[in-house]
Amino acid sequence: MKELTVATLIAVFEEILGRVTFWALVALAAVITVLFLMTLIRERGLLSRSFLRSQMWFPLGAVAMVWFVMRVTNSRLADIGGPIDWFMLLGLGIWGGVGAVMWAYVIGGAIRRRTV
Amino acid sequence: MTGHHLEIGRRQLLGLAAAGGVAALLPAGGNAAPVRTNARIVILGAGAAGAAMANRLAARLDGASITIVDGRREHWYQPGFTLIAAGLKPAGYSVSTTGQWLPRPVRWIQEYAAAIDPVAQRVTTESGEALDYDYLILATGLSLDWAAIQGFDMNMVGQSGLGAVYAGPQQAEATWRAMDAFTRKGGAALFCRPATEMKCAGAPLKYTFITDDRARSHGTRADSQFVYASNNDALFSVPVVNEKVKLLYRDRGVDVRWNHVLKAVDPAARQAVFDTPEGERSLDYDFINVIPPQRAPAVVREAGLSWADKWVDQGWIEVDQATLRHLRFPNVFGIGDINGVPKGKTAASVKWQVPVVEDHLVAELQGRQGTASYNGYTSCPLITRIGRAMLVEFDYENNLVPSFPGVIAPLEELWVSWLMKEIALKPTYNAMLRGRA
Repeated sequence: MKELTVATLIAVFEEILGRVTFWALVALAAVITVLFLMTLIRERGLLSRSFLRSQMWFPLGAVAMVWFVMRVTNSRLADIGGPIDWFMLLGLGIWGGVGAVMWAYVIGGAIRRRTV
Repeated sequence: MTGHHLEIGRRQLLGLAAAGGVAALLPAGGNAAPVRTNARIVILGAGAAGAAMANRLAARLDGASITIVDGRREHWYQPGFTLIAAGLKPAGYSVSTTGQWLPRPVRWIQEYAAAIDPVAQRVTTESGEALDYDYLILATGLSLDWAAIQGFDMNMVGQSGLGAVYAGPQQAEATWRAMDAFTRKGGAALFCRPATEMKCAGAPLKYTFITDDRARSHGTRADSQFVYASNNDALFSVPVVNEKVKLLYRDRGVDVRWNHVLKAVDPAARQAVFDTPEGERSLDYDFINVIPPQRAPAVVREAGLSWADKWVDQGWIEVDQATLRHLRFPNVFGIGDINGVPKGKTAASVKWQVPVVEDHLVAELQGRQGTASYNGYTSCPLITRIGRAMLVEFDYENNLVPSFPGVIAPLEELWVSWLMKEIALKPTYNAMLRGRA
């Protein structure tokens, strides 16, 4: 039975990040998603100018994510070998970038609310 | 005991890639009703193979008396030894307890077997307890014959440039200290492998690559000599992998000596003696990783279960290479390192062998014929430097059987393959021990 179970998947990520870090990150991801949706609902849609401003955080998030993965896995950028490695790097970058944009937008929303 | 490698199932990686996608959240199958039986099943060895088998049988069978015999209190995650000896993990990374992996309905006898009588169907433990069985599963692993290397002293590992990664977590850590001291200074590094079958035949190769990488990062590689002494005329038994490793060794400047079998070490003089077709040859070293001959444990060799015409000096058991059932005693099965089959002395192989033995055993208890077959699947994340590896997977026929064809090239040095070895293998291994993978 070479199957994937939820428990195996969770075990893999717990091993990668450590149990506390993993669940803290899961909680953080859930919180940001909820906050992002709440901001959209409260403002009745996406404010394009604020969203554009938030996107300036994308590169920082992307770099931070790649740096984090390299750090926990004893890797360096020089280890990137074949195309699949570049895709992996790209995927990580997008993941980190999107997260940063969401955070920036949510925080921006909170500031907008306070200043309104 | 099982070897140094573990593969990740294709679905597991797809699941990882999906990071919690819908497919990954579906529960695994295998919830068939338990099979009623009063069979007495004895498992010898509670390492990776024995623990995984005990868990799966405990889940599949209802009413069976399952006894597992192993005197070792510690469980060792052996694929981690290379990472410990590379200075990336502490010794504790590979250590857990045997008890924590065994399911409750299984009786664990915390001592070693002293005798096996396959005719009388009885195992006798060291304290003299007799265990009669209907089915016997041999998962004893293998014995490292350190005494066969003259002059080798386990207490000296970590000193005088003496390494022994295979000996255990503490020795792997001690080897790291010796290797680290060597790579800071430079000099002559010597690597070898025994002439017997061995667990994880890729481990000696990858430790050479890792040491090379460490020397390069310390800036001492240019002033060092690296020698890999092969026991025969190949570096790896799978021809296409052999050619690739030869190219990489040429690229890294590793000097290969063919047909050199380590016979003795002199830690004081830092000299190693090899048997070669031309007679004895001595090589000087500043750092050496000693790997001794490997054989079936004495209790198995003395039981008359071994091949009579193959591996006669090693004693691997005479099983059918597809069903893993003993050819002369049909109620005896083998899993893992103990099996007399051409490949398969790795933890990844265990993962593929356990369901095969389970299928044939459970089918017989139901009065059916088992259908599962083991194709020799063996896997080796061959580290080529810290941060890169080649995910080599192959079968009995020396075919490459990549889990991710067209995505992860087996003969390419990739970061993704390194990520698997470093972070995903241990949890996959743990899931296997619990019978969940």
